[in-house]
Amino acid sequence: MRTLAIVILAFLARPAAAAEITVAAASDLTFALTEIASQFEKETGNSVRLTFGSSGNLAAQIQNGAPFDVFFSADIDYPRRLEARRLVDSQSLFLYATGKIVLWAARGSPINVQRGMDALLDPAVRKIAIANPAHAPYGHAAAAALRHFKIYERVQKKLVFGENISQAALFVESGNADIGIIALSIALAPTMKDMGSFWEVPQSAYPPLQQAAVIVSNSRQKKLAEAFLAYVRMPQGLATLERYGFSRPGEKP
Amino acid sequence: MNWPALWLSVKLGVIVSAILLVVGLPIAYWFAFSRWRWKFLLEAVVALPLVLPPTVLGFYFLVASGPRTPLGRAYLAVFDRTLPFSFEGLVCASVFYSLPFAVQPFAAAFAGVDRGLLQASATLGASPLRTFFRIVLPLSLAGVVTGTVLSFAHTLGEFGVVLMVGGNLSGVTRTASIDIYDQVQAFNYAAANQTALVLLIFSFAVLSLVYAINRRAGLWQAK
Repeated sequence: MRTLAIVILAFLARPAAAAEITVAAASDLTFALTEIASQFEKETGNSVRLTFGSSGNLAAQIQNGAPFDVFFSADIDYPRRLEARRLVDSQSLFLYATGKIVLWAARGSPINVQRGMDALLDPAVRKIAIANPAHAPYGHAAAAALRHFKIYERVQKKLVFGENISQAALFVESGNADIGIIALSIALAPTMKDMGSFWEVPQSAYPPLQQAAVIVSNSRQKKLAEAFLAYVRMPQGLATLERYGFSRPGEKP
Repeated sequence: MNWPALWLSVKLGVIVSAILLVVGLPIAYWFAFSRWRWKFLLEAVVALPLVLPPTVLGFYFLVASGPRTPLGRAYLAVFDRTLPFSFEGLVCASVFYSLPFAVQPFAAAFAGVDRGLLQASATLGASPLRTFFRIVLPLSLAGVVTGTVLSFAHTLGEFGVVLMVGGNLSGVTRTASIDIYDQVQAFNYAAANQTALVLLIFSFAVLSLVYAINRRAGLWQAK
């Protein structure tokens, strides 16, 4: 009986000490941010709930009052748009990383991605998976790279669009698409690393994927949200991001 | 206004409900009249899409149709492409996804037919097939219409499965529901609203028609 009382007391006492924030993040951060968040949870005792999706979708949700505290976009345009509508705190906006795109093909595929963009013109390529350029920053970058190398028109009919960069990766990882242009951070993820090979698309071929994070104005946990953002900027957080192939914000590649 | 996307949705709905009419009638007949003791297992399988999230169906479809399974390899060998990202792929996935919406109303209507009439028909020497087309089907018409229209409407409103296996190809797999989603994400609320409104009005009209037909069928049967 007494043990039960202690357990109940312990349970009741917990929420007072530990708070929770909800973080909406672009899906290229699926692995890196999960790692950072779990370190943050361990060190501070607070909890972080993560929601991943395409930046456009998450921004639309925030615009319509989604209960997120922090938004990690895969670009800076969506945070800026929300800023213009006064839905996020301007002073909290900061660049946390620069993303990169890679060509990716599954292990055992006849397509050699080390040939670079020419690999996309290989006759064995039936479908090319990219994220939707209309609302996913990585899709936008992929389309820009195809245009830069003047092969967009030649491969246009073979493009299939993932709803976000993770889905584009699923399309090519499952073998339904033969090659994909995905985020380096996903190619380096533990579950993807041994499944295929990648080739980094030169960063001069597409506008830099400057990725910004921002605190949502409606957040009721601004202190904790600030603490989490500060944690991401600490050397350990930045090191995790780098390990997943992000370069430091503003840093020349 | 994205007319091609709306047209694609309607085309998908018509084809899928037509296939389900052909495939669903025998399945429903068997469900209504079979006395096999393990029948309930197959009934549960057909009802699965009612409870499973579309993501489950979409994910399995994606994995099963990929070149790593014998099925996927066979399809690839014959058609030189994989099933996802194609209109045929959407039709295949939608047939599974809307199956209970056709089969369950069909089966319920068949089960409601007076057994005495069937026995009388058999006594008079009619084959089961003749009995089906002359007695069972006419008496079950309201259920058959309901099942067909529901499967059409359900396919029209399908989103999750198409998002999972479609690849968002304009004119091929970008249905109205996907187009609305894209417009919302790109902050084009006006465009999203237009397509959504047309879909809303169209769906309402179709469903009103079904209920009107059902009412008249009910009146006929009451007479």
